[in-house]
Amino acid sequence: MSKFGLITKGFLKENPTFVLVLGMCPTLATTTSAMNGLEMGLATMFVLILSNIVISLIAPVVPDKVHIPVYIVVIATFVTLLQLLMQAYTPEVYETLGLFIPLIVVNCIVLGRAEAFASKNSVGDSALDGIGIGLGFTLTLTIIGIVREVLGSGSVFGWKFIAGDGILAFVMAPGAFLVLGYLMVLFNKLAKR
Amino acid sequence: MAAKSNLRNMALSLTLVCLVCSGLLGVVYAMTAEPIRKAEEAKVAASIARVLPESEAQPVQESINVDGVDYTYYRLPGAGYAIISTVGGFGGPLSVMVGISEDGIVVNSVVLSHSETPGLGAKCATDVDFIDQFKGWDPAEKRLVVRKDGGDVDAITASTITSRAYTKAIANAVVVYSKLTENE
Amino acid sequence: MEILLIIVSAIFVNNIVLAQFLGVCPFMGVSNKLSTATGMSGAVCFVITLATVVTYLINKFFLVPLGLTFLQTIAFILVIAALVQMVEIVLKKISPSLYQALGIFLPLITTNCAVLGVAINVVTKEFTFGDAAHMLNLGEATVYALATSLGYGLAMILFAGMREQLSRNNVPEAFKGLPIAFITVGIMAMAFLGFSGIV
Repeated sequence: MSKFGLITKGFLKENPTFVLVLGMCPTLATTTSAMNGLEMGLATMFVLILSNIVISLIAPVVPDKVHIPVYIVVIATFVTLLQLLMQAYTPEVYETLGLFIPLIVVNCIVLGRAEAFASKNSVGDSALDGIGIGLGFTLTLTIIGIVREVLGSGSVFGWKFIAGDGILAFVMAPGAFLVLGYLMVLFNKLAKR
Repeated sequence: MAAKSNLRNMALSLTLVCLVCSGLLGVVYAMTAEPIRKAEEAKVAASIARVLPESEAQPVQESINVDGVDYTYYRLPGAGYAIISTVGGFGGPLSVMVGISEDGIVVNSVVLSHSETPGLGAKCATDVDFIDQFKGWDPAEKRLVVRKDGGDVDAITASTITSRAYTKAIANAVVVYSKLTENE
Repeated sequence: MEILLIIVSAIFVNNIVLAQFLGVCPFMGVSNKLSTATGMSGAVCFVITLATVVTYLINKFFLVPLGLTFLQTIAFILVIAALVQMVEIVLKKISPSLYQALGIFLPLITTNCAVLGVAINVVTKEFTFGDAAHMLNLGEATVYALATSLGYGLAMILFAGMREQLSRNNVPEAFKGLPIAFITVGIMAMAFLGFSGIV
């Protein structure tokens, strides 16, 4: 795969949400607004890139039987790093995303990429893979966030274009499942073409 | 490719990874400890600035137990008390900082954290009409109970439970205030 | 009384899948058939309760006294991974029949964010059942974990029943598989929204 292909595959061909269907929890929980979705995507991307780089470096020397625990420790380290940095420099964002920052550890996308890609490829390619999948994840979360914010609050990125409230159900739990379901339908329809 | 999975290699690699990782985290923790403390202090200071009149004095953090519940509060000599009062809302804990001047008048209040329904109860953090009605509230003259229950507080439309909880948080803070000042 | 509130709140009002979005991946993954859904629910129930108790104790007697709470994430995930391994080994030895039923789900549970989510929630969040907000004690935490995982099982088994029906119906091509499943869960979540506010 070309270097360019590594970066763009996350958008369509290996879209983590619509094709791989991984990391559903943050996808549903943090997309109440476009901004929240974007922030969650970027946080995940940060961990994804760093863990991909480190894992591709250490994979050749890690004994096979303990590779999963080792990968989990590496990923958890970067997640904790992210937690500390966010608490220090972006406390508001940290508070909004709350529990879902530590839960990046168990986001199947991160461990999945470590296992399926980083452990078998060069450092450079693994970094690009992290960027590509991370961008795809961020983009998808932002789109879901935009749809839910438009329908639920009548605004985009906090810019309000309808006075008053939107359809509240879309900001609440049911809206998350419904929007994701219908976006998947749309994705399937478009991907068929 | 991958090293052999004998006991020595496995123990060695796990130990090594854990050591390196905890070392790294220890360093980052030490580096971020100061900014994290500053960020928390800034948040508290910003909330105090909103609920109490401007003051030169440094806020002093203290705590008191009233009716079996621990309350944290900040004393600003000359300005009053900023009391953190947490009650059960509609969706979970609702934490409010209430500023009470030294003569017992509610100056202002601000939501510190909540888990109310977006678009309904969550308005308690943003609805100016609702929050501002408590500005200058004299608990001796007006009753801190929502109108539906026979008091003087106008509730947020369609969010009576949240409004009740918010009102209760302020009423609790008033009780804390009177406990704080009764011995003076 | 408070115990009852915790149970109702954790199963219905704040249902772990339908209101908190935890453990959605396995929820979608194994709810195709009622039998696998039941097996997974049992395994999750067991691990969540056990993991919450163990991490609670580790946090209280190890991380907090040593000022290492920033290592919570890393410590908890390791404990959960080790615990799952141990449960697997023990189960294989003492109850092969139970192992047959739950065994294949166990490795999947380490990366089920419901387990880590509940463990972290219990030691970091304040809860309100009734009036005053407070941190849970060990007994309450255990009840909360057990009730939460029962809520997980309830949602999963209900959903698996629906999905079995769904698979016999004629669904438009683009909706087939996961999309219609997500939309069904959305409607289920709407029904569960009706419980909000009762605790």
